Amino acid sequence: MFWDRESETLARPTLQELQLKRLQETVQRVAQRVPFYHERFAEAGVQPGDIKTLEDARRLPFTTGADLRTVYPDGLLAVPRSKPVRLHTSSGTTGKPKAVFFSRKDIQTAADQMARSLVSTGITRSDVFQNMMGYGLFTGGLIMHYGAEKVGCLVIPSGPGTSERQLMLMQDFRTTAVHILPSYALYFAGFLEQRGIKPGKDLHLRKAFVGAEPHTEETRLKIEEIYGIDVYNSYGLTEMNGPGVAFECQLKAGMHLWEDNYLMEIIDPATGEPLPEGKTGELVLTTLNREAMPILRYRTRDITSIIPEPCACGRTHRRICRITGRSDDMLIIRGVNIFPQQIERVLMAAPQLGRNYVIVIEGLDDLTVKVELSASGFDGHVESLAALQQKLAEKLKAEIWVKPKIELVPPGSLPVAEGKAKRVIDNRSL
Amino acid sequence: MNLIAVFVENKPGQTARITKILADAGVNIRWVTIANSGSFGVMKFLVDQCDLAVQSLKRQGLMVSLLEVLTVEVGNKPGSLQAVADLLGRNQINLDNCSGFVANNRAILIIELRELAQARAVLEEQGLRLLSQEEMLGI
Repeated sequence: MFWDRESETLARPTLQELQLKRLQETVQRVAQRVPFYHERFAEAGVQPGDIKTLEDARRLPFTTGADLRTVYPDGLLAVPRSKPVRLHTSSGTTGKPKAVFFSRKDIQTAADQMARSLVSTGITRSDVFQNMMGYGLFTGGLIMHYGAEKVGCLVIPSGPGTSERQLMLMQDFRTTAVHILPSYALYFAGFLEQRGIKPGKDLHLRKAFVGAEPHTEETRLKIEEIYGIDVYNSYGLTEMNGPGVAFECQLKAGMHLWEDNYLMEIIDPATGEPLPEGKTGELVLTTLNREAMPILRYRTRDITSIIPEPCACGRTHRRICRITGRSDDMLIIRGVNIFPQQIERVLMAAPQLGRNYVIVIEGLDDLTVKVELSASGFDGHVESLAALQQKLAEKLKAEIWVKPKIELVPPGSLPVAEGKAKRVIDNRSL
Repeated sequence: MNLIAVFVENKPGQTARITKILADAGVNIRWVTIANSGSFGVMKFLVDQCDLAVQSLKRQGLMVSLLEVLTVEVGNKPGSLQAVADLLGRNQINLDNCSGFVANNRAILIIELRELAQARAVLEEQGLRLLSQEEMLGI
């Protein structure tokens, strides 16, 4: 199914022509209207007229997260301050957040690519869509809301409320699709189990959209199995409109990145040099269809690769692989680089383990993984649990080269975050 | 015979918390042991009302599992435990946990092991008596 068949299946040469036209317009516009880019172009010795092919984009300067904080609050605006109709900010963990402005047209573009994404998974106007993401400054709630409403679903803006209320809405209004954080989906499964509710029998769910948190394929499979539904991965970031930048279609084999709205590149994060299609590196995005606040060559810090082969669904927009890490999340323990996702992959593959985990680093790089057992993960024998601990420690050692201490805890005993789950607690005093 | 096994975090107040749930439900504990393994422990109970105990604990969100064990009545005299251990050992059956007590001049062993059926057969063949849940509660 397609929301906008013509745009989604444009022949590659036509799509590239459109990309080039939009890139040239964007560069021209920011050179004239945004002093920040005007100066950067001068430093890089590049002029708008130099952009003659898509490959010429690599002559343009990068924009980084740090740049967005430097120009805060409105240094990248390419329209008069009276034009934008919406402000979102990224979840700034330290200091000032990154502010992103949307014009009325930008909101439409974001909603439209969200609608394309949802329909590509089989969502229709008859779906009841419970949006369990935070509304507010975070784009995850509102932009998804606009997309689902555009498709014509009945949207329930439940936000990240209590599990009790989520369940009531889900049952009373026969929710068929949810937008949910993967960590919360796992937690909520435990809540249902405690209430004796069988998702396949007592609920009408058929699809879940998980995002806003890095998660692994094992987590997806686990959520699909527990609920008996299809779970689709998505990719987005506030700087680039929020959710729906890239989305899995029904084939669940990589996420189509909407190339009429973004120019994507994969670069070597260390050198900044472009990498060939198919190689893994940092994703760099340029907005091609943004009015209020265009951003050139944004360093997303997300590690992925482009899938060159066309997808069997017929969409011509290329796919990216599941994000395998975020350079910001990387931990260095005893000199070893570790991504939390590596630990998650091992944990999620063990059937005795459940919903939630926390990685704690203390003292001199002592790594402890606290993980909840699944409801059926306890057979009454202390020996089974000790053996499980031992096995997990060894598997993790093989994966990350550091042998962690494993603490098994009962389901529901680890804290659940309202927003993004805090998986890493670093208590090292360095 | 079934014991109730409860998974608990190894921190102060846990034993009090769990036994309060049982006390509030009016469940009488007939036998108890607590095994500790680092960050967690497992409490095992023999109680007079097994179903009620399991329901009450589960309702409070605890992880509970029924654990089938063998209860063997042996002679209250030197060498009784040795005879049972020797019998199992000769049949290559490993003991996971074992506890014993004497009540009303009757000696009882509670044995946890994986090869339940095999152990039962071996013990009964030697004429040892295995007690049922009702018999245990009647002691």
